[in-house]
Amino acid sequence: MYANDVKMSWEEVIEETRDFLSEEFEVDRDLILPENSLKDTLDLDSLDYVDLVVLIDENLNIKLTGEDFKEIVTFGDFYQLVRKKLAL
Amino acid sequence: MSQRVVITGIGIYSCLGKNLGEVTQSLYAGKSGIVFDQVRKDFGFRSALTGMVEEPDLKNYLSRRQRVGMHQPAVYAYMATHEALALSGLDIDFLEQTETGIIYGNDSTAASVVEAVDKVREKHDTTLIGSGAIFQNMNSTVNMNLSTIFKLKGINFTLSAACASGSHSIGMGYLMISQGLQERVICGGAQEINASAMASFDGLGTFSVREAEPEKASRPFDRDRDGLIPSGGAATVILESYEAAVKRGAPILAELIGYGFSSNGDHISNPSIDGQTRSLQMALKQAGITTSEVDYINAHATSTPVGDGSEARAIFEVFGGDVPVSSTKSMTGHECWMAGASEIVYSLLMMQNSFVAPNINFENPDEDSAKINIIAETREQTINCFLSNSFGFGGTNSTLIVKKI
Repeated sequence: MYANDVKMSWEEVIEETRDFLSEEFEVDRDLILPENSLKDTLDLDSLDYVDLVVLIDENLNIKLTGEDFKEIVTFGDFYQLVRKKLAL
Repeated sequence: MSQRVVITGIGIYSCLGKNLGEVTQSLYAGKSGIVFDQVRKDFGFRSALTGMVEEPDLKNYLSRRQRVGMHQPAVYAYMATHEALALSGLDIDFLEQTETGIIYGNDSTAASVVEAVDKVREKHDTTLIGSGAIFQNMNSTVNMNLSTIFKLKGINFTLSAACASGSHSIGMGYLMISQGLQERVICGGAQEINASAMASFDGLGTFSVREAEPEKASRPFDRDRDGLIPSGGAATVILESYEAAVKRGAPILAELIGYGFSSNGDHISNPSIDGQTRSLQMALKQAGITTSEVDYINAHATSTPVGDGSEARAIFEVFGGDVPVSSTKSMTGHECWMAGASEIVYSLLMMQNSFVAPNINFENPDEDSAKINIIAETREQTINCFLSNSFGFGGTNSTLIVKKI
C-alpha cells in the first residue's frame, strides 16, 4: 500500500496515524488504541473534524468528508475506514 | 451621570520589547527596533525596513482549539492582553462572572488570507483549508479569539480605523464606561508584521529606503527624513470605571479624561491641519483642561514630510511651542493599527517613570518642526498629564488625554 507516497505496511499506516493524531491533537499516543473513542480521546468538537479531514489528506493522501465520520466511534472503526479508502 | 474612566492595566508586545519592563528600558535608552528584512527584499519590496517582533509559541498558554483560529494579530494581542490582565489583577474566573467588554483595534489579516487562498489554489478543494482559517481571516479575529479565551461577557466588537484604530478603540471603551454602559472594557490595537500585510503600502513609495542604516531610518520631524517604516505587535489598555476599580482594589495607573475625534472629509491619504486641530480641541474641551496643563504630547508623526509637517502646525496652532513633544515612532516605526494603543502604553510608562522618551534621529528641524519643542534626548521630567494623537487613512483623527490620579 502507499500512504504519503511511501510504500508502507498496514501496521506502519496505523503507527503513523497514531503519530500525527497524537501530535496534532496533543494527546498521549498511548491512548490512541483501537478500542478507545475517537471523539473523546482526541476531544473533538465539530470544527476539529474539519481539521481531521485535512490531516488525513496531508498524511495519508486520502480524501475523506464529514459524512465518512458518521459511523465512526472508535479508533478501530476509523482504521477500518482508512483501510477501505486505501482499498486494501 | 458620567462615570470617571481609569486605566487599570496595560500590556505590550512590540519591537521595543516583549513586556512592560523591556519596553521601559528601550524607551529610556532611545533604542530602535527597526531592522533590515531580507524576506521583504526578496519578495519585491521597495524598502526592506521594518520593526521586527518575534512570534511567540502559545502552546504553553493555550489549547490547540484555542490556538487554531489565531494568526499574528490575535497572537500578539493575546500576549499583550495576558500581561495587562495580570497587572490589573483580573483572572478568568472573575471575568466569567462579571461583565467585561472588549473593543480592539485591527485593520488587516492579510497573511492568513493569502495562506488560506493559496491552499485552495493548490488543492482546488475548500474543505482542505482547515477549521482555523475563517477565524484568522476575519478582521474581528482579535475580538473573537480573546473574548472566547478570556470568557468575556460584555461589549464585543473590533474597531477598524486605519492607523487610528488603537486610539479609537480606547476612545470607544471610554465612552462605553463614561456613559455607564460597561464597568470594564479591554481595549487595544494589533498589527501583523509580514510581507503580505505591507506590500501594497510599500507600493505607494512612502517607506524609508535608508536601508544601510535601519536604526536611523525612522526620523519623524527631522529635515532629512525619507519616509516611514512599518512595524507591529500589540498593545492592550484596560479601562474601568473609577468606582469599579476602587471596589475591587485594582491598581489605578491613570485617568482617561478626554477623547477627541474628527474626520477630514477630504483626501484619502493626505492629512489635514483643520481635521487634526478639531480633534485636539475636542479632546481638550472634553477633558476640561487648558493647554498649559499638558506636560507631554506623544505625536503621531510617522517620518513623512507631509504628515509630520501638518501635525507640527496643528500642535503649534493649539499649544504654541513650549510643550515637550516626541514621536516614539522614531524607535518603533509606524505600528499602524496598533499605534494609538501602544503609544498610550509608552506614554504611561514615561508617566510612571518620570521621563520623556526621545524622538531619536531628530538632528535638524524643518520650518514646521522648528516651531515646536521636540525632545531629541531622554529627559527626566514629571508627567502629570499627556496627550496622544493618532491619524489614519481616510482622514480619521483621534486624540486621547490621560492624567495622573
